[in-house]
Amino acid sequence: MKLTRILSAAALTFGLSSAAFAADITGAGATFPAPVYQAWAVAYKDKSGTGLNYQSIGSGAGQTQIFNRTVDFGASDAPVAGDKLAAQKLLQFPAVIGSVVAIVNLDGIAANQLNLTGPVLADIYLGKITKWNDPKIAALNKGSQLPDLAIVPVYRSDGSGTTFVFASYLSAVSPEWKSNVGAATSVQWPAGAGGKGNEGVAGTVKNTKGAIGYVEYIYASSNSLITTQLQNKAGKFVAPTVPSFQAAAANADWAGAKDFAASMIDTPGETTWPITSATFILLPKEPKSGPQAAEVIKFFDWAFKDGGAIAEKLHYIPLPADVANRVREAWKTEVKFDGKPVWMN
Amino acid sequence: MDATLTGNQAASAMAAARKPTGRLSDPLFVGVLWTSGIFVLILLGLIIAMLFEGGLPALQEFGISFLWSTTWNPVTEKFGAGVMVFGTIFSAVIAVVIALPLSFGIAFFLTEIAPGPLRRPIGVAIQLLAAIPSIIYGMWGFFVIVPLMAAYVQPPLIELLGPLPVIGALFQGPPLGAGMLTAGLIMAIMILPFITAMFVEVLESVPPMIKESAYGVGATTYEVYRNVSVPYGRTAMVGAVMLGLGRALGETMAVTFVIGNATRMSASLFAPGSTIASTIANEFPEAGPGSLKLQSLLELGFILFVISFIVLALSRLLVRSKLKG
Repeated sequence: MKLTRILSAAALTFGLSSAAFAADITGAGATFPAPVYQAWAVAYKDKSGTGLNYQSIGSGAGQTQIFNRTVDFGASDAPVAGDKLAAQKLLQFPAVIGSVVAIVNLDGIAANQLNLTGPVLADIYLGKITKWNDPKIAALNKGSQLPDLAIVPVYRSDGSGTTFVFASYLSAVSPEWKSNVGAATSVQWPAGAGGKGNEGVAGTVKNTKGAIGYVEYIYASSNSLITTQLQNKAGKFVAPTVPSFQAAAANADWAGAKDFAASMIDTPGETTWPITSATFILLPKEPKSGPQAAEVIKFFDWAFKDGGAIAEKLHYIPLPADVANRVREAWKTEVKFDGKPVWMN
Repeated sequence: MDATLTGNQAASAMAAARKPTGRLSDPLFVGVLWTSGIFVLILLGLIIAMLFEGGLPALQEFGISFLWSTTWNPVTEKFGAGVMVFGTIFSAVIAVVIALPLSFGIAFFLTEIAPGPLRRPIGVAIQLLAAIPSIIYGMWGFFVIVPLMAAYVQPPLIELLGPLPVIGALFQGPPLGAGMLTAGLIMAIMILPFITAMFVEVLESVPPMIKESAYGVGATTYEVYRNVSVPYGRTAMVGAVMLGLGRALGETMAVTFVIGNATRMSASLFAPGSTIASTIANEFPEAGPGSLKLQSLLELGFILFVISFIVLALSRLLVRSKLKG
């Protein structure tokens, strides 16, 4: 015990050289949270000396990598099914929360001026509402003059967690969407055109008068895109803002969710933004190396404790404190090496 | 005779002096050559085998109708290649149709009409077109060509030709900018340098004597072009066109940017569609391990391989039959 203390004191004295010796942790997967993971990695490296090498290669590829155990943790936007997690001996927990917003290109319509409801949005993407002056849209926007212009729905052509979240929302609010299209990282879109990535969707919307699209909030806010208001479950029209995302996170049913796959789609609450979702981390329950798994857990423990400000600066929502504590419980009881928990705090 | 003999003697003397290298080096060299040659065959075989084996479960699941089924539904895991196969061939044909007359014009201008000082800059410019990475074409298409098509090309065409019977089907739908025609247009510019370069080579190989005698009997420039130059190089020209078609079939990034990426069948030139390559590029990162989607994507890759092979074989066949004629 004493020896360790002396050694760690020596390591502290040498500062940087100790940083060079710490094993870096590796992760791969979801592209949506990549900016915040990378920002966390930089701050964490300064503090602890442990680096994180995160490759944003997509959720599907991230799952493949963690199934094969070629990385220390995988990251996925869509939660992985419970039976698959059990078969692969993986612990799934949320890392950070993000939102999806609708963007439009209409002359004379400012940001958050247009009101839409979930069913109307679903009908637009189903190709049933085809003009902006449709009575269903006009009824929601009494004050605005909407043109006799074709609506062009724009979607993500690449498989993405953003599409999964958006299609999950449309499935939740429209029975027809649920039975005809459904939700997945890519779906068979009944109408419209696809752009590759957030930038592809935003670019296509910008190029096309009368277009509507959906992007991650972080992308819309950093590029000042024209977002719309949406009606939430309580019947209120809300603008996509950080407090409305926080309300969604606070109102989700974390206690009842298995594998932390709590749905934040269309959650109750007066100020809740309806299209919100967590992005997940996949960690082996029986890691190849105990210390390495402990390093991963230490990283996320630090991120939950001190990474909130960094996440908010990038327009992500940190996990609510009680959810973070639930995750810590799961780390203690479920991640074991040689039958012993790898991390106790 | 004497000199060779002494030469041989000298060689054997050298070989005797450095025995191990002399004996081993030649078989070794030949061995390396064999390996290099066989390596290509093995590599090609392994790629085909990998694509076939990886895609086989999809083929077993959906049967042979996978080839023409127009469903691509990741939610219900029902996949078919029909829309992508159609999009791949349709967009490539559009590209060749646009590129062909342009290539003819440029090639003949360069070899016959262009004054010396202009010949080099134009030739270099065309070669540089081939050096531009395809992602740059994609970005240029997305930010420049797509808005231009949406604002100035498609609306008048839709208004003018859309209501016509039969041909009107080609000009339907909202003016998105992105779509089959735009994808074909971008690809036409991409395959232009390859077709043009081969045309120039062919036209330059026409013996000047034949051309001069044609001019001598009073033929105009156009008549020489039509009746002398083109017939002389026809076989090689067909080969060049097929080569361009082959390149257009597999083009990925630029097409993904501008084709609109819809997995729906449409006959309209302006409708968004997708090609095999663009679908693979779009869907691959999120295709789960061992999923039916991944297997279907591998099967799509195999189909693209087969289509490219058929085009290549067809071009060979055409060239050969023309040679006989």
